[in-house]
Amino acid sequence: MSTQSWTYLLVSITFLIYIIIAIVARAGSTKEFYVAGGGVNPIANGMATAADWMSAASFLSMAGLIAFMGFSGGQYLMGWTGGYVLLALLLAPYLRKFGKFTVPDFIGERYYSKNARLVALICALFVSFTYVVGQMKGVGVAFARFLNVPFDTGVLIGIGIVFFYAVLGGMKGITYTQVAQFCVLIFAFTVPAIFISLQMTGNPIPQLGFGSKGTDGVYLLEKLNLLSKDLGFDSYTSIDRGNLVNMFFITGALMFGTAGLPHVIVRFFTVPRVKDARISAGWALLFIAILYTTAPAVAVFARTNIINTLSNKSYDEVPQWFTNWENTGLLSFEDKNNDGKIQYLADTQLNELTVDRDIIVLANPEIANLPPWVIGLVVAGGLAAALSTAAGLLLVISTSISHDLLKNYLRPDISEKGELYAARVAIAVAVVAAGLAGLNPPGFVAQVVALAFGLAASSFFPAIILGIFDKRMNRQGAMSGMIIGILFTASYIIYFKPQLGGPGLQENFWWGISPEGIGTLGMILNFVIALVVSRLTPPPPKEVVELTEHIRTPRGAEVSTGQAH
Amino acid sequence: MGIMNKNKNTYWKTNLKYLAILLAIWFTVSFLFGIVFAEYLNQFMLGGFPLGFWFAHQGSIYAFVLLIFVYVYLMNKLDKKYDVDEL
Repeated sequence: MSTQSWTYLLVSITFLIYIIIAIVARAGSTKEFYVAGGGVNPIANGMATAADWMSAASFLSMAGLIAFMGFSGGQYLMGWTGGYVLLALLLAPYLRKFGKFTVPDFIGERYYSKNARLVALICALFVSFTYVVGQMKGVGVAFARFLNVPFDTGVLIGIGIVFFYAVLGGMKGITYTQVAQFCVLIFAFTVPAIFISLQMTGNPIPQLGFGSKGTDGVYLLEKLNLLSKDLGFDSYTSIDRGNLVNMFFITGALMFGTAGLPHVIVRFFTVPRVKDARISAGWALLFIAILYTTAPAVAVFARTNIINTLSNKSYDEVPQWFTNWENTGLLSFEDKNNDGKIQYLADTQLNELTVDRDIIVLANPEIANLPPWVIGLVVAGGLAAALSTAAGLLLVISTSISHDLLKNYLRPDISEKGELYAARVAIAVAVVAAGLAGLNPPGFVAQVVALAFGLAASSFFPAIILGIFDKRMNRQGAMSGMIIGILFTASYIIYFKPQLGGPGLQENFWWGISPEGIGTLGMILNFVIALVVSRLTPPPPKEVVELTEHIRTPRGAEVSTGQAH
Repeated sequence: MGIMNKNKNTYWKTNLKYLAILLAIWFTVSFLFGIVFAEYLNQFMLGGFPLGFWFAHQGSIYAFVLLIFVYVYLMNKLDKKYDVDEL
């Protein structure tokens, strides 16, 4: 069977599974629609959280990014996993005890303010929407490249599938499809890595393989360092001293941002007890770690393979995959010195090979000569990653509108049935809007993701932490912290992002911190301002202090309604 | 009531102590071993891995997973001890 037939077959099977699950797990109440009835098993929730979290970017782009960054790529590995420690230790158990549906719920009640709820609501909408557009685009790209479907049709198929199970099942349908999607994506990511690790090092575990000796008896990393230096690149494992401060701040912004992202936080509202919320974060990170510890191995294998197969080889003898990818424009060769050979060098004047980082994961099985079904599997995995993240984000968008805006802001008298209906309409509209934006994505979508993490880190994270750990924190403190944190972070990012029209130059970065890392500083600023302002203004009302007391101990979570007892 | 409040206070203080220790480890394996001292650690080898590089690309993630499971174990024990656990 050809690669394309395998891809069609595997993608169809996985889509059929998602649809069957959606029909079985329909939602009948707002509680089922928003938090899957609150009875999800912690291990299942761990898998759903992992699928929710690992997006098209984690699956398709990250390993490629690391392959070309070397040591500094660690900022993504640590940044996108370390946030779960914060979630498990500082947020998840307390928010579960609080026992409501959304992050704006917590902000609104803890800071006894409708306006605080509105600020949180707008942030949640902004963060989730920018994120979901990227996922829709990922679906279109995967379809276009592997199933010979036009990009637009690919996005439309994606919209159709998500529409079906998200509108029908809400959080309940999404949770159980995410469990299936996790299994598909983790299998699809690890199988090729295991094959390649065996091929290159004889060790079936990629995490150990990339620290082992290759078939020639030399450590793989040592060989890659030598190859890189020969071609004029930095040694793969060596530290880029000038970038350390920036790496520190980016790692921080990604960690604190992760812990503040609404679509991740709401997953911990779906488990029955506080202790389930704690352990569930542990399972989630364990499942995420399987991909995140395999990715750096894939990066090393791919980088070594590219240099070995292409550097200084005659262009007439390149393998078939090279020609396939050349046709997509993501790989290109320009024979500058007319010697008919590929010169792959760090020096841009002499370099003749351009490789788009995004193709590493997709091309890796072909580069390593793996059978065609493996390639089909990787495509199905990439689609699972994109769809699961999109669904989780869309749910946050719909909940924000039907629950936070409609039920708690505009029309508190709405009936349960009316709210459920509104939630379904809101998610349907959100799916279509995200799909349309994905069809015609503004050029700055990728840049705006930095903004999403920065805003989550500089707004939600401090506001929630202080709401739990500081009984004296009041509305004035939290609000001024959030607003100044957001304004500072957003201004810095927009000013220093030429793609967003900012005039700032790299040499003027504060302490060398790039826009991706500024969220860490915004977060610190938020904490300082909130603490100072709260001490200069009246303490919060007695029932809010009691609410804070109440969420600090686990017992009684089952009956909690968010009111102080 | 007074005894109850005092108990809740020690429960919370112990919780904060656990958090301080676990988060100190969290910070050390990632920000210190994986970034700040990575260059120094790279002179030591762990099999084929320079140690600083290993912490940035592998070790810190393993440590994160372990930290959460240790926290869960400690808190479940603490909840029982102070009789605030769930049924």
